[in-house]
Amino acid sequence: MKAYNIIDHEYDVVVLGAGGSGLRAAVGLSEAGLKTACISKVFPTRSHTSAAQGGISAALGNMGEDDWRWHMYDTVKGADWLGDQDSIEYLCKEAPKAVLELEKYGVPFSRTEEGKIYQRPFGGMTKNYGNGIVQRTCAAADRTGHAILHTLYGQALKHNTEFFIEYFALDLLMKDGECKGLIAWNLNDGTIHRFRAHTVIIATGGYGKVYYSATSAHTCTGDGNAMVLRAGLPLQDMEFVQFHPTGIYGHGTLISEGVRGEGGYLVNSKGERFMERYAPNAKDLASRDVVSRSMSIEINEGRGVGKDQDHVHLHLSHLDKSVIENRLPGITEAARLFANVDVTKDPIPVVPTVHYNMGGIPTNYKAEVLTMNGSEKTVPGLMAIGEAACVSVHGANRLGSNSLIDLVVFGRAAAKRAAELVKPGTPHEEIPETETQKCLNRFDKLRNAQGDNSTAELRLSMQKTMQSKCAVFRTEKNLKQGVDEIGKTYDGMDSISVKDKSLVFNTDLVETLEFDNLIRQAVATVDSAYHRKESRGAHAREDYPKRDDEKFMQHTLAWCDGKKTKISYRPVHQSTLTNEVQYFPPQERVY
Amino acid sequence: MVQLSLPKNSEIKKGKYFKDKTGSKNLRKVNIYRWDPSTDEGPRIDTYEVDMDNCPSKVLDILNKIKNEIDSTITYRRSCAHGVCGSCAMNMGGKNGLACTTPHAEIEGDIDIYPLPHLKVKKDLIGDLDGLYKQYQSIEPWLKNNSTKETTEIYQSKEDRAKLDGAYECIMCACCSTSCPSYWWNGDKYLGPAVLLQAYRWIIDSRDEERKARLKKVADELKLYRCHTILNCTNACPKGLNPAKAIAEIKKMLATANV
Repeated sequence: MKAYNIIDHEYDVVVLGAGGSGLRAAVGLSEAGLKTACISKVFPTRSHTSAAQGGISAALGNMGEDDWRWHMYDTVKGADWLGDQDSIEYLCKEAPKAVLELEKYGVPFSRTEEGKIYQRPFGGMTKNYGNGIVQRTCAAADRTGHAILHTLYGQALKHNTEFFIEYFALDLLMKDGECKGLIAWNLNDGTIHRFRAHTVIIATGGYGKVYYSATSAHTCTGDGNAMVLRAGLPLQDMEFVQFHPTGIYGHGTLISEGVRGEGGYLVNSKGERFMERYAPNAKDLASRDVVSRSMSIEINEGRGVGKDQDHVHLHLSHLDKSVIENRLPGITEAARLFANVDVTKDPIPVVPTVHYNMGGIPTNYKAEVLTMNGSEKTVPGLMAIGEAACVSVHGANRLGSNSLIDLVVFGRAAAKRAAELVKPGTPHEEIPETETQKCLNRFDKLRNAQGDNSTAELRLSMQKTMQSKCAVFRTEKNLKQGVDEIGKTYDGMDSISVKDKSLVFNTDLVETLEFDNLIRQAVATVDSAYHRKESRGAHAREDYPKRDDEKFMQHTLAWCDGKKTKISYRPVHQSTLTNEVQYFPPQERVY
Repeated sequence: MVQLSLPKNSEIKKGKYFKDKTGSKNLRKVNIYRWDPSTDEGPRIDTYEVDMDNCPSKVLDILNKIKNEIDSTITYRRSCAHGVCGSCAMNMGGKNGLACTTPHAEIEGDIDIYPLPHLKVKKDLIGDLDGLYKQYQSIEPWLKNNSTKETTEIYQSKEDRAKLDGAYECIMCACCSTSCPSYWWNGDKYLGPAVLLQAYRWIIDSRDEERKARLKKVADELKLYRCHTILNCTNACPKGLNPAKAIAEIKKMLATANV
């Protein structure tokens, strides 16, 4: 291998990723006086947080009575009791503070007549423990994520956060089970950079691109998750993949749940509002797994619309024109651009589309990464936040608008915890060169790969397998085929080819490294799904249609060393953080 | 008279030609600007014959198709693929826009794809936006308000909030600034439409307490008044925003207010 020059850096904390959670953490760390680097493969405002539309949940009570305990109950129920209730308590209790803080940062929230933050109804959000709909989701029209992301970037600039932009992270540097930093490749000039840090905070988002049709950006490749796997640590609950009910048919662009929050509804080929049958109370505002399954049943039973009867219609033309103009301008534009639909006249063709990963890097509510070694243990020097993390507050199914709040609450928590753990300016330990070599060997091998399989072909094969074998409904047979096919695709990497050999903006190599990251997560996902023989939240097994609390009220942990996986379980936390609220015992989940 | 000539490596040469291998009857020629800083070669235009029968509707779909099926070395930025992240801004058929929202059917004849005009090129279609990002930082894009109450928001009327519409939606794609002749000539000093629209967004935010200081800061011969109302910016904005109007509003505030 040709020797690579390595440029060394030392920081108290390194944040990997500059979306909502990474930026919020970076702001908190800078405020705390810690020398912080924020590394991102894209310019911060290009992060996928910008695509979040509907809003951010918090029991502010601006539009009628609300209570963070109600929010907590809804989240526990939405999660189908797979969430850790101590973490969920923390999320819901801290949420109002976090939103008010965003407002003071300058987020242009929509407003009520009194000038307060406007809140809209959203799926699964109820009052008084499931008795009626509550307006809890704070919105900046239907561009809430964009507004939050740009505002947080501004705050990071205010605090002089040091950014390393268009740097692609390769691997974590580990020593005796502790994280000591990471290695990244600067796309701008092709140099390799080694960052030493007392704490690394992974905020790399989800890995939606393992699927063929996803609302996710091209860049949602879960790079941090894969780095964790390569460091010999497990990922948690990877089988729980959220299908958003309303992705634009054929293109996958997200149409916000806010459309249904504002009064839009789904209709099948018979013109029926079919959600009334599946969720008599919440109807179109049942939680996402329920709505996506109902749509799939309608389609499977021949009541889909279109030439191939393979999607349904989302109606909003009955809404007040001013509601569409003021609160849903973004989806109006998206429907025009990608479905050629004028929403004031015609329905939008929609289909359940991969949207969010409930699973990810296991952490506690302080954002510290967990592993199992006999018992639950934290990994010193490593934290994870945002979609990359599995805290777990979303359990088996995330409620809409709970992801943006997750970003800021746990971004803030991570900064707080790091400030407790790291004394600014503490000297750094030596890291054995073998860690750097291991990382660069993989990099160099892929860079010089001259096999027969193109990255694009392998990626497509993985995406098609995941789409057909690990979808809304799953069976033993399908999943077994999925495990085998993904394994074969993984084998194809032995003969992968990269045509561009340069180091500056070599996106051929970037996509190959991203594929290497994706395929490991595909293995973990399909294997975790195969082993969970029950139906819970987004994981619906036709052969095991019932939830099995006795065997499976546990988080799946998946270690994946290349193709080989090891599956293990850890119990769901069955207690709350304080006695301000009681533990919610499992119930049957109906909407 | 002084003879001026461009350096040799700035000449764009004819590059490789990638002939169709699918046998499709519905082909379009796509000409793409290529330049790799790691070689000594100057820029070139590569031409690809693309099978349009199996290509979705946007220019980004063409680029992805070429990268996936024909030539994996072409380099461009892309992320969200639905017009909210601003990564894939480029010049297509002579117009700036987002590749992910620009239908290729709107481009007649061969499809020419270049980086955004007048930026330093990093590689192929990737332009250097570092200068623009620094200018963005210079307008201090954060709320300045001394309210320290943790328990309530800063109230804002619906009318005051409505003033931010048309300004906060900017995705910083730089289509506007790189279509502006004033910015081409004075991009190091003139803030340009993208950044001025953001300056305006904070000037008119009713919650901000530093309106006057913000106005003063941009009231500069070069930073602001290099705008000569050419309006290319408004024409170029893929989000339908109107930076030219925002700049005019700033000028009007400066002309009428006691700053």
